[in-house]
Amino acid sequence: MTIPTSSTAQVIPGQGAMAQPESAKPGKAKRHRFLFLRNIKAATGLVILFLYLLFAVIGPWITPYDPDARSNDLLQPPSADHWFGTTHLGQDVFSQVLDGTRPVVFVGFLAGTIATVLSVIIGITAGYLGGKADDTLSALSNVFLVIPAVPLMIIITSILDNASNLLIALIIGLTSWSWNARVLRAQTLSLRRRDYIEASRATGEKTWRIVGFELLPNLTAVIASGFIGTVIFAVLSLITLAFIGIVSAAGWNWGTILFWAQGQQALAQGAWWWFVPAGLAIAFLGTALSLINFAIDEFVSPRLRSAGKTKLKTASGGTVRMRIGFTPVLSNSAAPHTHARAIPINTDGATPVAREVAK
Amino acid sequence: MKYFLQRIAFYLFTAWAAITLNFFIPRLVPGDPVQSLIAKFRGQLSTEAINSLYVLFGLDDDKGLWTQYIDYWKQLFHGDLGLSFTFFPSPVSQIIGDALPWTVMLVGITTVISFILGTSLGVLAGWRRGSWTDGLLPVTTFFSSVPYFWLGIIAIYLLTGPDSFFPSSGGFDSALVPAFDQYFIPSAVQHSLLPALTILISSVSGWILSMRNMMVTVASEDYITVAHAKGLSERRVAVSYAARNALLPNISGFALSLGFIVGGTLLVEIVFSYPGLGFILLQALGAKDYPLMQGIFLVITISVLVANLLADLAYLLLDPRTRKEG
Repeated sequence: MTIPTSSTAQVIPGQGAMAQPESAKPGKAKRHRFLFLRNIKAATGLVILFLYLLFAVIGPWITPYDPDARSNDLLQPPSADHWFGTTHLGQDVFSQVLDGTRPVVFVGFLAGTIATVLSVIIGITAGYLGGKADDTLSALSNVFLVIPAVPLMIIITSILDNASNLLIALIIGLTSWSWNARVLRAQTLSLRRRDYIEASRATGEKTWRIVGFELLPNLTAVIASGFIGTVIFAVLSLITLAFIGIVSAAGWNWGTILFWAQGQQALAQGAWWWFVPAGLAIAFLGTALSLINFAIDEFVSPRLRSAGKTKLKTASGGTVRMRIGFTPVLSNSAAPHTHARAIPINTDGATPVAREVAK
Repeated sequence: MKYFLQRIAFYLFTAWAAITLNFFIPRLVPGDPVQSLIAKFRGQLSTEAINSLYVLFGLDDDKGLWTQYIDYWKQLFHGDLGLSFTFFPSPVSQIIGDALPWTVMLVGITTVISFILGTSLGVLAGWRRGSWTDGLLPVTTFFSSVPYFWLGIIAIYLLTGPDSFFPSSGGFDSALVPAFDQYFIPSAVQHSLLPALTILISSVSGWILSMRNMMVTVASEDYITVAHAKGLSERRVAVSYAARNALLPNISGFALSLGFIVGGTLLVEIVFSYPGLGFILLQALGAKDYPLMQGIFLVITISVLVANLLADLAYLLLDPRTRKEG
């Protein structure tokens, strides 16, 4: 439903983003270990993600109320008792959001794992083997890519009545691997002709060893960013399925909260607290994952980093914009920097050439 | 030309795969849905309709799977997608035919605008890296992480009301009859503004980001430096040299992510009660209306395939390498 946000998905073969991340030398490992974390985007994303994982584990234990329990506080706005207000049955929205974190995180990560494993197997096999195997597998992943995944998921889930979270994760995982497989295939294609792969082939390494120990480590960043992209997609898909009310009614997730809010006309009653927290929870989880993805992109291809301030004030008060590959020209005058002038062409004889008089 | 034929062959293959998938899905349904439907519409179903349902659901046991498959194709070529249960006794093809123009207008136009707008902003953000445009990125990331439909709900809450210019639901004023006249068209446009804006805001950020990253990658190529050295204007280098080359991967990305976008926009239609395919799909889900669901899935898939074909044609025009013979 969203466009995969990773730029590694769109690379021109043989260009910057395709370069493999440098592996740190043993002696320098200590200094480089936390390089990734020094990126502010990665750090922010990981901290938020950690909070979500924490709530996924402890969420159902620390809910102040039973998320299903009804009370007499019907449709109350947020207060000290009910931080996110209550529903039309007096259920505590805060407890529902907390309780709903676990299924969302579970489905997201399980579906992401299934899709990633599938895409690694299919993508690398296609890219490395080439020939007939490549044609068949590429056609397969292109077909899955073009067929709209969300309507397909909706129909399958609705036919399998009251699908459990496990089943939904399976459906999402099986329908959303194709994008990553495509990216991995392209990446493998560009790596398999590199010298170090040729060398290991020449020394008689077995194919599984080349794939497992030479190729895979160099594809780590692409696989990681693909995994995170799929987790975002899986979370959004689960929310979508729950919002239209075709997942099992037992248990809460953020989509179920939105489903009830929509079904009970929360909007018409002005109950903004009913749907805002769940939506923000989704948005922040998605943002955290996207941030990690950007950081991976920037880690692999440093050119993508935002360059900081590129406009500088010069000593003479002018401004100059720094660009890669250019030496800024500092000048106070508005006149052009070249001193060329038109030379009249002499049709009768030799064209005079302007020469600096050497003195 | 060879490239083009290859693409056509691929799309035909995909269409075949989707239709075959559509043939097998209802065979997963446990029990006998047709019997329960016959019970539901006691006496209203003609024998022909019942037979057609049995072919669709693959419950005519006396025939082999292969004969069922052939029959299914025969029905499709007659444009017969079965009868809808929700809108009984209208055929599915007619219901979809009524809803399709709404979706195509809303989603089609919005997606194209979003692509053009996002790509232009991406060119700017990639070219002027380190200026205020870098501030766009975190904001757009946040918006792209929000589900489309939630943004729609918020838009309805904040922007609509009794005195508001924006209507909160529907595709046109209920007092009007659909027709191409001076009363109906402005009303339809007015009703589509808010859903369109919702789709635009959530989908534009992906284009901005991917175009920015491509621009950054392309901007350090040698031919850009050469273009600068030739003394071409900044604008000319940015647009005709950098953006033109950065655009190609974005166009193939556009084709490939259409499937994702369509999924999201269906939900926006549901939130706004917009009379398109998404809204009908919701009704079909509620009533377990399998023929209608299958029909909608088939039509969406075929539309995405056609859109992909158009994007391929654009690629063909923009990238001379694909036109090379041999």
